[in-house]
Amino acid sequence: MATLSERILGAPAGTCVDRAVDRAYVHDGTGVLTLGTFRTIGRPLAAPERLSVLFDHIVPANTSVTADLQAELRRFAAEQGIHFTDVGEGICHQLMSEGTVLPGEVVIGADSHTCTLGAFGAFATGVGATDMAAIWATGETWLRVPETIRLELSGRLHGGAEAKDLALHYVSRLGMDGATYRALEFTGEGAATISMAGRLTCSNLAIETGAKAGLFYSDETTRCYLAEFGLEAEAQCPEEGCYVADLGIDLGAVEPVVAVPDRVDTIRPVRELEATPVDQVFVGTCTNGRYEDLARLASLLKGHRVRVRTIVVPASRRTLLEAARTGVVTTLVEAGCTIGPPGCGPCLGTHLGVIGEGEVCLSTANRNFRNRMGVGGEIYLGSVGTAAATALAGEITSPEALP
Amino acid sequence: MRLEGRAVLLPADVDTDQIIAGRYLRTKDSSVWAAHAFEDLDPSLAGRLAGAVLVAGPNFGCGSSREQAARALRDAGVVGVVAPSFARIFFRNAINLGLPIAEAELACEEGETVDLDLAAGTVRAGARPSVPCRPLSPRMQAILEAGGLVELLRGRA
Repeated sequence: MATLSERILGAPAGTCVDRAVDRAYVHDGTGVLTLGTFRTIGRPLAAPERLSVLFDHIVPANTSVTADLQAELRRFAAEQGIHFTDVGEGICHQLMSEGTVLPGEVVIGADSHTCTLGAFGAFATGVGATDMAAIWATGETWLRVPETIRLELSGRLHGGAEAKDLALHYVSRLGMDGATYRALEFTGEGAATISMAGRLTCSNLAIETGAKAGLFYSDETTRCYLAEFGLEAEAQCPEEGCYVADLGIDLGAVEPVVAVPDRVDTIRPVRELEATPVDQVFVGTCTNGRYEDLARLASLLKGHRVRVRTIVVPASRRTLLEAARTGVVTTLVEAGCTIGPPGCGPCLGTHLGVIGEGEVCLSTANRNFRNRMGVGGEIYLGSVGTAAATALAGEITSPEALP
Repeated sequence: MRLEGRAVLLPADVDTDQIIAGRYLRTKDSSVWAAHAFEDLDPSLAGRLAGAVLVAGPNFGCGSSREQAARALRDAGVVGVVAPSFARIFFRNAINLGLPIAEAELACEEGETVDLDLAAGTVRAGARPSVPCRPLSPRMQAILEAGGLVELLRGRA
């Protein structure tokens, strides 16, 4: 009887293991520090074929300093033959989800939201620049095999609730440090009803409980998704009696919620906050910038006009292309949305939609920390449906109110 | 490893955006991070970090993986950080950079002298009785004693 983390890492919880890394990636933000540290170690790359450098945080560059830093990293990737994606390709986690990461792999990213890729039944976790530099130099890292909390999902989402609402719901149940040093596993008949996009959203927020990883078991949904990329995936099955804690969630009871400033774990039903004015709506990020999200937004905005500035940033070029091909982009632009280049957008408060003092943003991202999107601004986190209803009303509005 | 510093108290759930804001991350001058540490929490704090032991509430360093957070504290002259719990990425970053860090429930007043004995696994504030810290694994102790992960790897090369 073993958890998925124990099986992938090959040791019981509590053990420290040295483990070869199957995929390791950095973005333009953490890559610069990683490169500097790697050079001071003074060794060659141990396994360049497993590394990726994926530009997403400040794309295109906002200042000449950023441009210089990016140029150095771009040059290094080219010299070393490392897999590299430039400005406009998309968010690192999203790109790794588009036909790269497979069930059972060990995936390490120099970004806290690397846990997103647990959606495939991979052990995926974030590290800092020095850990990543050591991976560049040695091909492996050390990990303490985490204990696991099981989130047993039953029923089915309905009535305007999305996977994002489920994610905010479990974060609030566990708290911001409720799973520190531990992993989460999403199991049960309810997990099978959640799409790959929804699973990526759920795994994405695992870090907001302090968790090291957030894993779904590979199943038919995973297999079909990866088959579109020409990849095969083996099914994984949960075992009993290996969890340190259980949390049961009835998906049918999950309602549209928002996380209120400045904590991801403090949620309120959207209807209780109605009439709260907002200055900006932002739809995008590694949480909710996928094609399904943009298509849902377009379906709710079609034929209407937004009442506040609404910034939409596709998670990847593939997402943007699909949205262009299916008319989603046209619908969004006609509705008054502003489309940004694929990447992280204004999520981390550096460009493309930073908010001002006293301004309020309803965002589909994953963090509403104080000042994150701009000094003195406030962030409410919600689903794509809540973002759509809010954009149309100009104030926080539940998607349940939409026709 | 034994350290001593003046206590600077911090609340629970201090995230890495508060330790160093995203707007300061892209720079060729790494001294910027220490100069702007905790700016949005308390602009006067950066000036009081030299020789300080930070005594924080639970879940210190949550959020973004940005290593600039641990770098900012180390470069500002922070002697060590004590909290009941840390976010795991920050915890690893601190150890990797040679910034001593200890998980302990420490009752403490602002400005009190904190004595951190990582070898013995205890921490003490002023004349109060010492309290235990959660022991570091031998691997983490080896990294700290080498002065950081880079120094450890260079030593083995």
